Amino acid sequence: MATATTTYREALREALREALSADDRVFLMGEDVGKYGGSFGVSLGLVEEFGPERVRDTPLSESAFVGTGIGAAIAGMRPVVEVMTVNFSLLALDQILNNAATLRHMSGGQLSVPVVIRMTTGAGRQLAAQHSHSLEGWYAHIPGIRVLAPATLEDARGMLAPALADPDPVVIFEHGSLYNVSGELAPVEGPLDVASAAVRRSGDDVTLLTYGGSLPKVLSAADLLAGEGISAEVVDLRSLRPLDDATIMASVARTHRAVVVDEGWRTGSLAAEVSARITEQAFYELDAPVGRVCSAEVPIPYARHLEEAALPQAEGVAAAAREAVGHRG
Amino acid sequence: MPSLGADMEAGTLQEWLVAPGDTVTRGDVIAVVETDKSAVEVECFESGTVGRLLVAPGTRVPVGAPLALIEAAGRETAARDRAAAPVEQPAAPRPRKAGQEAAPVPQPPVVHAEAGPLVRHLADERGVDLTAVHGSGPGGRITRADVEGTAHEGGRRPRATPYARRLAAELRVDLGTVRGTGRDGAVRGTDVRKAAHLRAGPAPAAAETAAPSAPARAPLPVPGRAGAAEPAAAAMRRAIGDLMSRANREIPHYYLATTIDMSAALAWLRARNRELPVGERMLPAALLLKAVATAAVEVPGLNGFWQDGGFVPGRGVHLGFVVSLRNGGLAAPVVRDADSLAPARLMTRLKDLVERARRGRLRGTEITGGTLTVSSLGDQGVEAVYGVIYPPQVALVGFGAVLERPWADHGMIGVRPVVTATLSADHRASDGAVGARFLNAVDRLLQKPENL
Amino acid sequence: MSTSHRKPAKPAHHGTHQDAAAKHHRDLLASMLLIRRFEERCVELYSAAKIRGFVHLYIGEEAVAAGVLDALGPADAVVSTYREHGHALARGVPTDAVMAEMYGKATGCSRGRGGSMHLFDTSRRFYGGNAIVGGGIPLAAGLALAEKMRGGPGAVCCFFGDGAFAEGEFHETANLAVLWGLPLLLACENNLYAMGTPLRAEHGQTDLAMRAASYGMPAWAVDGMDVLAVEDAARRAVEGIRAGHGPYFLELRTYRFRAHSMYDPDRYRDKAEVEHWRTRDPVMLLERRMRSAGELDDASYAELDRRCTDEVDRAVAAAEAAPVEPVGDLLRYVGTVPGDLPEAR
Repeated sequence: MATATTTYREALREALREALSADDRVFLMGEDVGKYGGSFGVSLGLVEEFGPERVRDTPLSESAFVGTGIGAAIAGMRPVVEVMTVNFSLLALDQILNNAATLRHMSGGQLSVPVVIRMTTGAGRQLAAQHSHSLEGWYAHIPGIRVLAPATLEDARGMLAPALADPDPVVIFEHGSLYNVSGELAPVEGPLDVASAAVRRSGDDVTLLTYGGSLPKVLSAADLLAGEGISAEVVDLRSLRPLDDATIMASVARTHRAVVVDEGWRTGSLAAEVSARITEQAFYELDAPVGRVCSAEVPIPYARHLEEAALPQAEGVAAAAREAVGHRG
Repeated sequence: MPSLGADMEAGTLQEWLVAPGDTVTRGDVIAVVETDKSAVEVECFESGTVGRLLVAPGTRVPVGAPLALIEAAGRETAARDRAAAPVEQPAAPRPRKAGQEAAPVPQPPVVHAEAGPLVRHLADERGVDLTAVHGSGPGGRITRADVEGTAHEGGRRPRATPYARRLAAELRVDLGTVRGTGRDGAVRGTDVRKAAHLRAGPAPAAAETAAPSAPARAPLPVPGRAGAAEPAAAAMRRAIGDLMSRANREIPHYYLATTIDMSAALAWLRARNRELPVGERMLPAALLLKAVATAAVEVPGLNGFWQDGGFVPGRGVHLGFVVSLRNGGLAAPVVRDADSLAPARLMTRLKDLVERARRGRLRGTEITGGTLTVSSLGDQGVEAVYGVIYPPQVALVGFGAVLERPWADHGMIGVRPVVTATLSADHRASDGAVGARFLNAVDRLLQKPENL
Repeated sequence: MSTSHRKPAKPAHHGTHQDAAAKHHRDLLASMLLIRRFEERCVELYSAAKIRGFVHLYIGEEAVAAGVLDALGPADAVVSTYREHGHALARGVPTDAVMAEMYGKATGCSRGRGGSMHLFDTSRRFYGGNAIVGGGIPLAAGLALAEKMRGGPGAVCCFFGDGAFAEGEFHETANLAVLWGLPLLLACENNLYAMGTPLRAEHGQTDLAMRAASYGMPAWAVDGMDVLAVEDAARRAVEGIRAGHGPYFLELRTYRFRAHSMYDPDRYRDKAEVEHWRTRDPVMLLERRMRSAGELDDASYAELDRRCTDEVDRAVAAAEAAPVEPVGDLLRYVGTVPGDLPEAR
């Protein structure tokens, strides 16, 4: 079948439309998801199609509406809760951690919480320090939830259905810089595997591990490196919890060098977890210390040049890869 | 090709460490041979000048085949003419005997630089190779400070990445000889490959002179991929299997066990270790081995070989110690004259042997000539080991983990650290009463560790 | 009348309205008395170190659980707090399962994963003790939303305290529930203390019902020591909820006779204040009322009491004898997805 040109935003919307059509138990709720069309335009047009019962505007009360989504999921519904940004999700962190992630265990296995929580993450749009952070690593710390980071059109289109089919809570992070990315998207064929990391580019000399909004930068870095004769393999983690150790270790076993690229802050980051696992599981494959390229440890600043300096960029990734491979200069 | 184990039938020459024209001294390591069990350094038992190399790296030749010619005092002799005798009874204990005759005692490498006895002792203790130490004393004499400095900067531990270390072990490359191109001179995988490649380079020229009858076998190190280790591991598995099958087939084993209170031994170790630098601290294994060696002298029926239908007592107590290798398989390096070594000295020997066994850098004489074998699986957490005797030896002593257990003593129950000592013995050579005396002796000796 | 809650005393009564009332009163008394005896035993067991953790006793507040839950049916759902032994028992969660949970045993209603503060029984739509103050309120709204979206007749009852009334989660959810017309009964147990902080030190305006009404829902203050008053208010509220009028708020004014938890030395209350409230003991109030109406005498009261005590005794014996969950099952019930637990590789 023919591919069609689409955007990351449209791919997400198409996935929502499909889910709402396929299952009466599915509904979307969040701040301005209705008439407004979602703060990033993802749900534009859906309220007209499915009505205000199933595309529900909520008051600005993250804890209440995320908790309501969790309660509805317990009762057998399949809510998709949109939280405007990961920074705002902190207002609902009590519900996500103390309820969604723990109810199954605390009830001795009696409860399932099949809720999907979508939120925007990441910087790059000069939105300053309360709309730009990458806290995926915090969520990936929590047992009891699955954390997904779609970085491609295919994943934007395909991750929602398996997330809704999951009997446990799933948090999906949409990177704000990706919404306008456009490209060709083949029609969906069968359910998408969301448990595995994906090798987005094959290479022999160094493995660049990343996820979400950093993927395009890392692929650019790989282009830069190729021009210098360094063949970089790019692994898109996709699932941040659980991590697909097998794919990570298989790649490191081929290249013997790894650089983890993570828009979160370095200290206590997801990159730290990936690096620790490589050291635990592939120590005898390592031919260089595991490198990390993370955001500078500063609240993300507003000014464009400062923001750019604070974030991982292709050139920095390439430099870390050169260091790992052992090319100086 | 020297016999490097009772079960060895052939070996693959991995690497020449000398070239024609080199001067060699008795005791020098001249080549590395891959047996089914591990890579072993081959010592030279002649002094002279290396003539022709007869076997190319990667070639498998039977035990007894000449490897090279050494010109001694102007005449060319086959380095191995004694071992080159017809290789009959390849699996019999004979090659071991031959080895013992040829080299009863391994000679330490010749030290060219000047160093006093204290310095030599220190170097030995710290595992520092004196030939590699630059002397800063008068006339280039090596001082104590030089040795300590070398030991401190990790003279024997080159800076290398984990992958490079693994690769070096797989490709049998000595990291100390590889120039590192990584940060701060760290040896990286590519450096090891390069070194392995260079080493393999000159092989074809020599290969032409190799005995045409030598069974061809692909050189083991296939650079690059992890799969390379598999054939070697499989071959080792088979060799172990063959030997152990033979042992179970031929040796009527009997088994005894006793549980030994280790309070006194551990207390003594703790006190002793407080006085020792961290690197020289002793593990319980040192005391266990020493007790076994001493008991073997006291109760002689278990230390030696079953040969030609009779028991032949060992000359001295040479304890084999079973080491499990990281990639699977076993090696049993031998602590010679273990009964005469103080526990601390025994510990040093043991540490050195175990480490080199794991790196595949044991010399031929270091895995032959054992008169009694000890297998300790305590670090694997089991309580008791009922081992299979290593033919032609007649006994194997097993130790489990030192564990805290309730212990009744004079009608009182207390918690004591205990270890289960087992004896697997050859019923052709001894009876249970002898074995019991032996285990009792081990127990008694461990109650007075200060006398060990 | 709930079919799910226990009726320890079941003498045969027929016909008359008075008989039905007497039987109903006896059921309420039995429900409260069981909670009272259970909680008293918890004090003993805690002192004997048989049960641990934070244990919050319900003694003094029994009329709230017994009265409110009497107004609910089996299709309705309940969300509770960490002071929820009484709610669980009045809802019909088996006494054995509650006691075993206190013991941390495998037969506990949460398989020993929850303890005193996290009792769950989905078969009775009892969605747990939530130990984050206010944390259960949004959850209850979600259960109510699901009910509403599916067009079901069920109501969801959410218990919380005067402390939770100060939390944002209460106010966020009250607003959302009114906005969406959710079938939610917000049952606020005002026992005058948020742990050690008295109501007047925590709220600028202490009339909680009035403040709740400001969100646009019916809100009534009720004497929480009078089980019949509680039951009556709850029944009317649930009728309104079932009629589609959206959420209702009840401020149930009550008092706990014991400290906040077994950890609490109770230094912030006057002994005289506690003694004053004891004169309004809800069990005693109903007992007196029944005696004066000729519905209860010494013998039938003693019989009722003995049944409750026996039930608690049996639960303790069963919990003592019950097995614990094997440590090998430690990682169970974290997620249903294989591989969710990196540790379990």
